[in-house]
Amino acid sequence: MADAPLLEVRSLEVTIPTAGRALPAIRGIDLTVAPGETLGLVGESGCGKSITMLAVMGLLAPHVRVIGSVRFRGQELVGRPQKDLAKLRGARIGMIFQDPMTALNPVLTIGAQIAETIRIHDASVTADGALKRAIELLERVAIPFPERRARQYPHELSGGMRQRAMIAMAMANGPDLLIADEPTTALDVTVQAQIIELLQRLRDESRMGLVLISHDLGIVAGTADRIAIMYAGRIVERGDVEAVFYQPRHPYTQGLLASLPKIDARAQRLTAIEGAPPSLARRPIGCPFHPRCSQRIERCRQEEPALRAIGPIDVACHVADAVSA
Amino acid sequence: MADAAPALSTFVRPRWLTAPVVIGGFIAAFWIIVALTVQWWPIDDPILSVGMRLAPPDGAHWIGTDRLGRDVLARTLHGAQYSLPIALAVIASAVAIGATLGAVGGFLGGAADAVVMRLVDITLSFPAILLAMAVTASMGPSLRNATIAMIIVWWPNYARLMRAQVLAVKEREHVEAAVAAGAGGARVLVKHILPLCWSPVLINATMDFGQVVLLAASLSFIGLGASPPTPEWGQMISEGARNFYQWWIAFGPGMAILSVALGFNFLGDGLRDILDPRTQ
Repeated sequence: MADAPLLEVRSLEVTIPTAGRALPAIRGIDLTVAPGETLGLVGESGCGKSITMLAVMGLLAPHVRVIGSVRFRGQELVGRPQKDLAKLRGARIGMIFQDPMTALNPVLTIGAQIAETIRIHDASVTADGALKRAIELLERVAIPFPERRARQYPHELSGGMRQRAMIAMAMANGPDLLIADEPTTALDVTVQAQIIELLQRLRDESRMGLVLISHDLGIVAGTADRIAIMYAGRIVERGDVEAVFYQPRHPYTQGLLASLPKIDARAQRLTAIEGAPPSLARRPIGCPFHPRCSQRIERCRQEEPALRAIGPIDVACHVADAVSA
Repeated sequence: MADAAPALSTFVRPRWLTAPVVIGGFIAAFWIIVALTVQWWPIDDPILSVGMRLAPPDGAHWIGTDRLGRDVLARTLHGAQYSLPIALAVIASAVAIGATLGAVGGFLGGAADAVVMRLVDITLSFPAILLAMAVTASMGPSLRNATIAMIIVWWPNYARLMRAQVLAVKEREHVEAAVAAGAGGARVLVKHILPLCWSPVLINATMDFGQVVLLAASLSFIGLGASPPTPEWGQMISEGARNFYQWWIAFGPGMAILSVALGFNFLGDGLRDILDPRTQ
C-alpha cells in the first residue's frame, strides 16, 4: 500500500481480569488499514475480532487491561483519556453494530439520533441544520422518503432500513475510518448484498478506511482488499485477499474455506472443522489450533508458532511450508 | 361501504382495558375531583357543629355525625384535600430523590453506587411506620413533618427500582452505540438510558399512592400528623376509635382510605399492562 496507514495496531494485548485470574483475550495483534482500503477481520465466534475493534475504539470496560499501540492518523490512542477518545468516536471513527434491531435507541426517532451524533461533535450546528443534514445522510445511504423516515422510530423500519440508518449515523461526521462489526449477520441474504454494496460505495466516495468484521468468508472475499484470520486471540494468517483465498496456508483457513458451500463443486457434504474454539480460560499449550488440526506434528503441542512470511502472506503455523495449498 | 359497517360498530377492547382498570380509574378520578372542588360543594361545613352529637345515619346526615355534631360525610369528603395532596407530594419527592440517586448510582457504579445502596439498605431495614414515627416525633407532630418523614421512608423504594432498571438498560447495545458515536456520560444516561427506565417507576408510584395515603392516616391516627379539628382521615378514625359504638364515625374515612388504595392499585395494574407488554 502506497498510502501511510490510517490505523496502525502494534502488538495489541487485551487482558480481562476475572475473580480467579487474568484471561488473555487478545495476544499480540498487528494490523494496518490504509485510506480507501478494506480490511477483512475473520474468525469464529469468540476468537477476539470484536474485542480487537472495541479496544481500538476504547470501548472496553475500564477494568480491562489494554497494552500495545493503536495509532490513528499517527496519534496514539491507547492510554488516552475517555474524553479525548469521545471526540474521535463518531467523528473520525464511525462504528456499525451487528444488530440494527438493538443498536438504535427505541425511543428516539431516526432523524433525532443521527442529528444527535452531528451535534455532539459540532455544537455550532442548529437543531434544524442537524436534522436537515440527517435527512441528506439518509438519502446518501439510499433510504427512500428520507424526510418521512427521519420522523419515524426504529421499530417502524425494516431490518435493512435500520442498518442503513445505523450506517448513516456512523457516516454522520464523515469519518476517516469505519468499523463494521458483522454488519450483515442479522439481515436477510438479499439485503446483505445491498448493505455491502452501500459500504463499498461509501468507502470509495470518501476514501475511508473500512474494517469489516465478519465470520462470513463469502462477504469478506468480495469486499476486502486484505484479510486477517483470527483464532484464539491471535492472527493466524494475514495477506491480500486473493492470495489467502487461492492459496491458504494455515490449516484453520483451509478448514474455513472447505466448510463453505460451493456452487461449482459436486461435494455432497460440507466439511466441518471438528471441535470448537478453545475458551479463554483453557487454551491449549503450543499452537491453540492443534487439538482440531489434522496436520499437527509434535512441535505444535509444545511451541506456539509465530507469524512469519511465506510467499505473499503471513502465517502462524509450523507446518505451513509443507501444507499443500 | 357496506363492508365497513360492522367494523365501525364493533369496538375492539384494548387488552389493558379491564374491569378493574375502569373501576380504579373512576374511583381515582372521583377522589381527585373531590380534592380539587370540595370546598364549593353544597355540603355541610366540616368544622362546625351542624346537628345532634353522635347522630346515627339518617336523611339529613347520610353517615351520621361525630361527637361534636359534625357531618361525617362532609368531613370525609374534605379529608381528600389533605390526604391526596400529601400522597402526591410524598410520591413526587420520593421519586425525584430516589430515582435520581438510584440512576446515578447504577450508572456510575463503584463508590457512588455503594454509598447510595447502603443508605437504601439502612433506611429499608426499619419498618416504614416505625421510622416515619421516629422522624415525625423528633421534629414535632404536624402534617408537614409527617410528609417529610414519609419522603424519608419512601425514597429508597424508587432508588432500588431505578438502579435495577439502569443496570439492565446500560448493557443494551444502543447504549454502546451511543458511546461509539461519541456521546459523553451525562448524555448517555439522560438520553439513552433513562427514557427506557421510567415505566416500572411510574407503575410503582401509582400503586404506592394508596399505601402512602394509608401511612399518612396511620401517622395521624397515632397523633403524629394532623391535629383536631382538621378533617384528616386518620385523625377522624382516631376519633371514631374513641366512640367505638358509633361505628359510622370511622366508617366514612375508613371507606375513603380503602377506596383510594384500591382504586390506585387497580389503576397501577392497568398501567403495567399498557407499559410492559411482556406481562400480557
